[in-house]
Amino acid sequence: MISLAARDVLHTWGKFVFTGVGLGLLIGVTLTMAGVYRGMVDDAKVLLNNSSADLWVVQRETLGPYAEPSSVHDDVYRSILGMPGVARAANVTYLTMQVRQGNRDVRAMVVGIVADSPGAPGAPSYLVAGRQITRSHYEAVADVATGFKLGQVLRIRRHNYTVVGLTRRMVSSGGDPMVFIPLRDAQEAQFLKDNDAIINERNRAAANPAFNQPGVLEAVIDSQSSNPFVNAILVQIKPGFTPEKVAEPIRRWKRLQVYTRAQMEEILVAKLIATSSKQIGMFLVILAIVSAAIIAFIIYTLTMGKIREIAVLKLIGTRNRTIAGMIMQQAIGLGLIGFVVGKISATIWAPMFPKYVLLEPGDALRGFIAIVVICILASLLAIWAALKVDPAEAIGG
Amino acid sequence: MKMLAASRRTIALIMVLLPLLLVFGYVVARSGPLAPVPVTVVEVGKQAITPALFGIGTVEARYRYRVGPTMTGRLSWLKGDVGDRVTAGQVIGEMDPVDIDDRISANQAAVKRAVASVAAAEARVKDFVAREKYAQLQAERYRRLVTERNVSKEAAEAKEQAYQIAKAGLAAAQADLKAARHELEKLRFEYEGLLQQRDSLRLVVPMDGVIAGRYIEPGSTAVAGQAVLEIIDPESIWVSVRFNQLQSDGLAKDLPAIVVLRSRSDRLLSGKVARVELLADPVTEETLAKVAFDRLPEPFPPLGELAEVTVSLPRLDATVVVPNASIKRVDGQSGVWVVENDSLRFAPVEIGVSDLDGRVQIIRGLEPGDRVVLYSKKELTANSRISITDRLLEGA
Repeated sequence: MISLAARDVLHTWGKFVFTGVGLGLLIGVTLTMAGVYRGMVDDAKVLLNNSSADLWVVQRETLGPYAEPSSVHDDVYRSILGMPGVARAANVTYLTMQVRQGNRDVRAMVVGIVADSPGAPGAPSYLVAGRQITRSHYEAVADVATGFKLGQVLRIRRHNYTVVGLTRRMVSSGGDPMVFIPLRDAQEAQFLKDNDAIINERNRAAANPAFNQPGVLEAVIDSQSSNPFVNAILVQIKPGFTPEKVAEPIRRWKRLQVYTRAQMEEILVAKLIATSSKQIGMFLVILAIVSAAIIAFIIYTLTMGKIREIAVLKLIGTRNRTIAGMIMQQAIGLGLIGFVVGKISATIWAPMFPKYVLLEPGDALRGFIAIVVICILASLLAIWAALKVDPAEAIGG
Repeated sequence: MKMLAASRRTIALIMVLLPLLLVFGYVVARSGPLAPVPVTVVEVGKQAITPALFGIGTVEARYRYRVGPTMTGRLSWLKGDVGDRVTAGQVIGEMDPVDIDDRISANQAAVKRAVASVAAAEARVKDFVAREKYAQLQAERYRRLVTERNVSKEAAEAKEQAYQIAKAGLAAAQADLKAARHELEKLRFEYEGLLQQRDSLRLVVPMDGVIAGRYIEPGSTAVAGQAVLEIIDPESIWVSVRFNQLQSDGLAKDLPAIVVLRSRSDRLLSGKVARVELLADPVTEETLAKVAFDRLPEPFPPLGELAEVTVSLPRLDATVVVPNASIKRVDGQSGVWVVENDSLRFAPVEIGVSDLDGRVQIIRGLEPGDRVVLYSKKELTANSRISITDRLLEGA
């Protein structure tokens, strides 16, 4: 038996393939959109992974440190270390700011970490070049997305930092690449004002007669220009303890808020990126509907284009089932080409996006099924139109 | 003919679709979770490392002299300004003496008067010595004459009494002379005291050095103990360094150090740990130390300038060493990913000291020749498929 569909496709294969490629690009956009959404959620999750913490200890009544500002005294970690089940605890600060390098500046999340030992909470868990921070001041590990190179000198506030290591996929929940610097420097950077502001502050303090007494003025200025706060304390727990079991006594006795991994994920995904992810989700739905509509129109137009031939087929007594089969096979073929092209194109252009685009195989599979279903549904319309045609049209015209 | 055309079309279609399918297959296999993680691998070797400590500090002078008056008064004159070199003993300024000079003159006169009264007392003593001698002779003569019964007993007793009176007079004159001498001595001391007070109004440089601060101008009042000038000894300039306590193990006196001043960041200055403070900073969790320059940079840096200090610890024997980027933490354990036949095994290790270039000593857990993962494009797990490359970044 000869396949009518294959023969028809062979007859106008160029048109068929190009239509498929065009359709594929559209499907590629849809897959990318799904990837953008997945990437957003993934950004939030890598932020948690990268901090390699089991618990986040933050200021009471806040959703810190990512969703809300939080500040905790920097010596609180010592008492946290004494709580049952705590293996390691380390201070950490987060501050999103512009980091200067030469003439350009990059928006980055500056993370202050305790440059203690490898694998410390908060430190980047893997590198792609260079080394981890070893000095307690003026060294930085940057994400490759910042575009910084090893050995380059960054400027954060008043100090210069040398890039000693590069890492990958270390981003804030907003997708800003991270720059890791030693904690003391980060504390200073968070609080350090520009020189003019410091001088103004000094003069203002000196102008106040209550402060301007021998010995008092210096103490006042010192207290104004120090920052004994951090944003959170990252805690790793000992084996044999559950996060909740360790968190509860800290909440109760240290009067601090403690989030477990699951709670933090909930905060980030459900609260922090909720609106923007819904926005993307909405767009994805519209794009999917539009794609489905376009597929339907294309198949309908393709079928209508050869309505004369179909009329002839009917005239020579071809069965309706054969004609319907031909149209449906062509539609599915078109969908397959489209899916293949879409998947390829999405994979090619995904790394070019400024923010992370995560193409999940599950999404691709779902997309594939959806495309096949849409193609079948769309071909029904065309089949209906084809079967309705009057065989007389073949000679009438 | 028709069949030929059809097969040509079939071939063309296959020519288009086949590469498409191949690319698709490649894309599915090489991206996403199925794709192998590119990693770089480093062979574990034995290496001697020189651990070092890194701290920041400020330039300070060990000796700072705050020169000022010991009594409240008005500054009369002041020579020298910030940056001037001064030598020990140089008089650099003076407080207003007010009435001290007049008091010195009065005291001088009083001393002279006392000298005169000492002379008068001496003359009186001589007078009484002469009188006493004469009275003694008379009394002795009359005692003899009484025994020879040439004079009355009464006359002899009168002479004896005159002699006793003369003796007492001499004693009184001698006492007067002593008093006059003491008075003179007292006035002399008072005079010297005044002179010293006068001296103390002068502001004298205690040590060779450079004026670092000039705080009060002539005409203004300075209270006792207030600094008028600050003099530093440039030879004593050192760096007060703060080391994070986490990275201060091994810090000791006389260790060599490299100092980089913020203003001269391209120049490395050599120095030595002069002192490790016994008191650490409990609030900032830092250990304090002083690092002295081997040779003071010219011009010497301003006090308070920021400096970065790297202290080299003694070189260690060659041991198993890995880069710190290869050390990971899995399930609360530090270790490295060892590559064995293209599969991964997590090897827990015990970490020793490390140097500032990121080399970490491995005490236990690795053998020389093991191949460990250095960099990876993703976080690894024991089930990760890997593909080994030379480098993960272009030009990095």
